[in-house]
Amino acid sequence: MQEFIWLIPLLPLLSAIFLMGFSSKLPPNLVACFGTGSVGLSAFLTCNLTLGYLKDPDLLTVTLWTWMRVSDLNANVGFHIDGLTIVMMMIITCVGFLIHLFSCEFMAHDKSYARYFAYLNMFVSAMLVLVMSDNLLLLYLGWEGVGVCSYLLVGFWYQHSSNGRAARKAFIVTRIGDTAMMLGLLVLFTEFRTLDIQSLVSSAQARWQTGEFISTLACLLLLAGAAGKSAQFPLHTWLPDAMAGPTPVSALIHAATMVTAGVYLIARMHGLFIISPHALLAIAFIGVGTSLMAAFSALVQTDIKRILAYSTISQIGYMFLALGVGAWGAAVFHLMTHAFFKALLFLGSGAIIHCLHHEHDIFKMGGLWRRMPITFASFLIGCSALAALPFTSGFFSKDLILLSAYQLKEFGPILWAGGLLGALVTALYSFRLVFIVFFGPIQTFPDKENGWKISLPLITLCILSLIGGYFTLPLNSLFPIEQMRHPALWVEVVSIITPLLGVLIAYMLFIRGPTRVPKLLTSPHENRLSHFLFLGWKLDELYDRILVLPYTHLTSILLHEPIDKLYNAVVLLNQKLHALFSLSQSGHMRWYVVSIVIGFIMLLGIAITIPKGLSQW
Amino acid sequence: MQELTVPLNHVLFVSTLLFTIGMLGLMIRRNIIFILMSLEVMLNASALAFIAAGAHWGQPDGQVIFLLILSVAAAEVAVGLGLVLQIQKRFKTLDMDNANRMRG
Repeated sequence: MQEFIWLIPLLPLLSAIFLMGFSSKLPPNLVACFGTGSVGLSAFLTCNLTLGYLKDPDLLTVTLWTWMRVSDLNANVGFHIDGLTIVMMMIITCVGFLIHLFSCEFMAHDKSYARYFAYLNMFVSAMLVLVMSDNLLLLYLGWEGVGVCSYLLVGFWYQHSSNGRAARKAFIVTRIGDTAMMLGLLVLFTEFRTLDIQSLVSSAQARWQTGEFISTLACLLLLAGAAGKSAQFPLHTWLPDAMAGPTPVSALIHAATMVTAGVYLIARMHGLFIISPHALLAIAFIGVGTSLMAAFSALVQTDIKRILAYSTISQIGYMFLALGVGAWGAAVFHLMTHAFFKALLFLGSGAIIHCLHHEHDIFKMGGLWRRMPITFASFLIGCSALAALPFTSGFFSKDLILLSAYQLKEFGPILWAGGLLGALVTALYSFRLVFIVFFGPIQTFPDKENGWKISLPLITLCILSLIGGYFTLPLNSLFPIEQMRHPALWVEVVSIITPLLGVLIAYMLFIRGPTRVPKLLTSPHENRLSHFLFLGWKLDELYDRILVLPYTHLTSILLHEPIDKLYNAVVLLNQKLHALFSLSQSGHMRWYVVSIVIGFIMLLGIAITIPKGLSQW
Repeated sequence: MQELTVPLNHVLFVSTLLFTIGMLGLMIRRNIIFILMSLEVMLNASALAFIAAGAHWGQPDGQVIFLLILSVAAAEVAVGLGLVLQIQKRFKTLDMDNANRMRG
């Protein structure tokens, strides 16, 4: 069985190639079979692998072939399977399979059905390569692959130019992070002459002192890559715009899997990050800062998908916080539970959008709980998990993160307080969403029923979101065991009560007294604060001012080729002289004779007037 | 060999005069026949200078060059008259100012 793990990423890739090649000739049913079936098979193989691993947990390294060998650089196409990889693979293939199934119905009326599944399969394949790779170069290949697929799928409905712009934005902003990450890889390679993850980490731990400059540099560069991919401050601005893609894509790529690649990278390289406490602290503060920023932005959004996008940024902020305080297991745990409940929420919003004539504005929804019970249940469960209400999956993971943060020696309580505030706001905005969309007066009537292909993934993800917290991840051998001191009782109690408080506030505002809701939360353009939050803290505007505008200005200058002007002047001079001298080419032979004679006389004159000594010389 | 009765300077003066006349004709005349005739005059002017110089120094080279110039002149007239015929055929005129297609 374990010899066949290369089939897991290969199957979706083959399906993608097949679908691209024959996209126009296949009937939609066959496309759906291939697209979903290949991922389903991968999921089946992964489950098999996982069962084998749980029975007999030993590291599995499979080297397929040598990818390139240039002097010291020796990159294999090889897979390294351990607990972290298993967790990631399970998330990618299983959640991916459910989302493919959902897409079969969601995208059924789209003309580019085959293209959609081809991209989605390619994404799954690239993501699997990313998590399975045993060296950083192959990981980078997968990393770029998922970036390309994200670009293609965000701009899937390319007929609208705004979608194309969102796709380009997503690609370019993540590219900034990717470039930093490539630099990080180069730093690591010049230091250790290898990119193999295991030997890299062990030799780094052997060679580098804790807190050494070069280690901090390498870690910060990798962190920049991770922040770009995982939409963390300051590179998070692409994610809300990336919602231009189809909703299942947002569920798969921009919530469950791709955006967690940064978390995976840092968890995978945790041996390296331990050496650099400064980088860890940076991760923690970036995480908690981003999670607060995004949570406040989510509070005032009106587009259902943008709310979820900001909440994704916020939740990944929590994962970064966990990574930063050294709670690697908690980060991966939250990654998994987040994948379940955020995929659930996105698919639920997809179901709503599907039934409501592609309506995105939550204030035009309302009263949907009676008409769409399954979607209502999934939203309720998803938002409970997102808000970390007790006994949902999100509760266990977020609680673990907050307690680990509290135990950090230096900045622990600050980080904990930040995370707690974020949790309060999270509960507030998630139940604002639930109460506005599902309660209150009905604004728009759903025009169709959702079939089993939409309901089944929703129900499955509901169950996973509920019980996900009880899973035990096979990560103990991988990460250093943290000594969990038992924190003070009040810390735990406060951590539990805060989300409930948020829900209560949301209930008071939106159910009990809908008229007393501050304008801040309903019409974001009314006052300046909410407008500021609505625009994502106006970071887009800031980036436009300091980066985009100077750049476009420079390009508009360069468009007129300022340097070429110099060469054009030479050309112009030549042309003028040419015009001047061609006047003398009159065609009258007599003039030629005259000029020959004049020239001869002049030469004669010169020869005569030149002093004798000079002419000898 | 007999003394030369005409001084060299005088002959060279005549030769220069002839050359100048030919050159002026070349520059002023428009008819191609007259241009060819002016060329002949110039050739002969230089030939006269060679003859005179050869006689002055008692060397045969001057006469050798004169013969060469004579044959060159004959060849030139042959080619030149051929050109004249062609020009007459193409432009229906012998005026060289009309044959200015090679301008600018």
